[in-house]
Amino acid sequence: MIQRAASNAEPILTVRNLTTRFRTDLGLVTAVDDVSFDVAAGETLGIVGESGCGKTVTSKSIMRLLPEQVTRIDPKSRILFKGVNLATADEAAMRSIRGDKIAMIFQEPMTSLNPVFRVGWQIDEALKYHTTLNRAQRRARTIEMLRLVEIPNPERRVDEYPHQLSGGMRQRVMIAIALCCEPDILIADEPTTALDVTIQAQILNLMEGLKRKLNTAIVLITHNLGVVAQVCDRVIVMYAGRIIETGSVHDIFHRPQHPYTQALLESIPKRGRREHGKRLPTIPGIVPSLHDLPSHCRFADRCRYKQDKCIAAEPDLIETGDGRAYRCFYPLNQAPAAPTVGAR
Amino acid sequence: MWSFILRRLLYNVPVYLGILLLVMGLLRVRNPVYAYLGKNADEKQIAQLEESFGLNDPFIVQYGRFLWKGLRLDFGESWKYQGTTVREKLLASIPPSMSITVPALILTSVISITVGLMSSFYRGRWIDRLLVIAAVLGMSISFLVYIIFGQFFGAFLPKQMGLEWWPLEIGGSFDLWFSMSSFSVFGLRVPYPDINAMTWVKFCLLPVLISVIVSMGYDTRFYRAVMVEECNRDYIITARAKGATKRKIMFVHMLKNAMIPIITRIMTTLPFLITGSILLEMYFNIPGMGRTLITAITDMDYPMIQGFTAVIALLYILSIILTDVLYALVDPRVRLS
Repeated sequence: MIQRAASNAEPILTVRNLTTRFRTDLGLVTAVDDVSFDVAAGETLGIVGESGCGKTVTSKSIMRLLPEQVTRIDPKSRILFKGVNLATADEAAMRSIRGDKIAMIFQEPMTSLNPVFRVGWQIDEALKYHTTLNRAQRRARTIEMLRLVEIPNPERRVDEYPHQLSGGMRQRVMIAIALCCEPDILIADEPTTALDVTIQAQILNLMEGLKRKLNTAIVLITHNLGVVAQVCDRVIVMYAGRIIETGSVHDIFHRPQHPYTQALLESIPKRGRREHGKRLPTIPGIVPSLHDLPSHCRFADRCRYKQDKCIAAEPDLIETGDGRAYRCFYPLNQAPAAPTVGAR
Repeated sequence: MWSFILRRLLYNVPVYLGILLLVMGLLRVRNPVYAYLGKNADEKQIAQLEESFGLNDPFIVQYGRFLWKGLRLDFGESWKYQGTTVREKLLASIPPSMSITVPALILTSVISITVGLMSSFYRGRWIDRLLVIAAVLGMSISFLVYIIFGQFFGAFLPKQMGLEWWPLEIGGSFDLWFSMSSFSVFGLRVPYPDINAMTWVKFCLLPVLISVIVSMGYDTRFYRAVMVEECNRDYIITARAKGATKRKIMFVHMLKNAMIPIITRIMTTLPFLITGSILLEMYFNIPGMGRTLITAITDMDYPMIQGFTAVIALLYILSIILTDVLYALVDPRVRLS
């Protein structure tokens, strides 16, 4: 595997202590708990984890797309983008950033487009909000974008409605909408989950190519580690609202330090490696409910290496200096140079 | 498009013929002549009338004759108002109905769609709760209560208190409605009441307001439910992620998607535009279609009942076809083929 150069450029987005809570009928729940990370210009950052671990809430918190009435982003949270704290920015400031500087694509291409407007109109809308182009220029730009996302026959497709396009084509249109204003960051929330496998690969290749062409940083949210391996430079692994491990894609895949990461990797089906009659390893148990989070290590109840200390306290996120961090008392695969925190 | 409309029209021809068959059949369960002549008719009179009304012919012949004449809107002469044709009564009663229902429908739709949008947008907040409570209260009260209280406080009390300038009145005389001008369409004399803005306010404003208030509760709740459903759709968040303003999202993205239920709602009330609200027309003494039909039924004025029913059924069918056409105009997924 070729290790992609981890960008050590100046971060374009800095997230510090992001904590997002929801008001529910059962009380306040913390969906994202004290999450900090950087996104460097032009890099691809993967955020992985099971369903319900806070990946989507993290991304929607950055875009401030969560329903206002029930969402509380903790005032200590900072989401710094070009000197603006998005956690506290007003709606008008957010509007000028959304779609222009930071764009987003979603999981369900079948329903993410507005069914009653032509796809051209929907791309044009973003250009209308964020550029000074006139109608003819926007039209040209729209067709150019459709060509860029490799939609055949863009001059004709531009006047079609979403229902006339396949799922993969619709996701291409979503990408065209997201990238038409050449954003600095593209947040892709499970962009390939709803597509079939061959289309998945096409969409990922497309995003990869466009990222290079436009120098857009991508934050890719997924539970598919295969996708992460294919496109990401760095990976954040989340569990129950917390970051539990970060590192370059190479490190995460070859030397996972958190037992959860290791278990996730083991549960990927691999061609040729599966012995006949042997079951695919799974992680026993389920993600703890946000209403009832343990005060000790959140993964302890499912961890095969669990020890007494694990159910006594919650470990901190320990940074090891080489761009890696883990939240575990007994990390696996310690590099020889790294300080040993505990023997296993 | 045109072939679709033509096909839908043709499909509905048997439906319409069936309706007319049913109406004519039901009206002949009891010999209509008895109703016409009253209790003290003798055999000879009955036989004579049956002959002159053509009731002795086989049913199918009567049906055919009714259809043939109906094509030219000729439904015969009213039994009650002799010398007046049903067509004249029909044409004369449409304008009074519409001078109430058209403004009422427009006002109700505009207000309740806007309120429904607002309510759904602020759902869960106090303004939304207030609007929902108001809507439920509004729809829990009987139409009659609105009419009686409306007449009392809107017209009777101010007059009693000697407010000479107070414009609203409870119904005029029929003379107002029957002082009509007319214009001619395809050889038909279409009458319309000689009414100016002041007389309209005087006689129509109060029933229009009552009608608006009565429908507001139902409509607001309906439109709110429609909009709440649209609020949760994925395309809303796509639009927000694009940087769209809340107003654009509400009035462009959501509203166009919500048009289908809105059109259905409005179209189903379209025939009532012409037939009018029976209760309002009764209580405000407005000689509209509803009131005229009810009077015809109590008078057992068979030609009137047949003619009015035929026209109302036709309007219903036309409005349903129009609804389908409008669907295709707002929703690209609906194909007219």
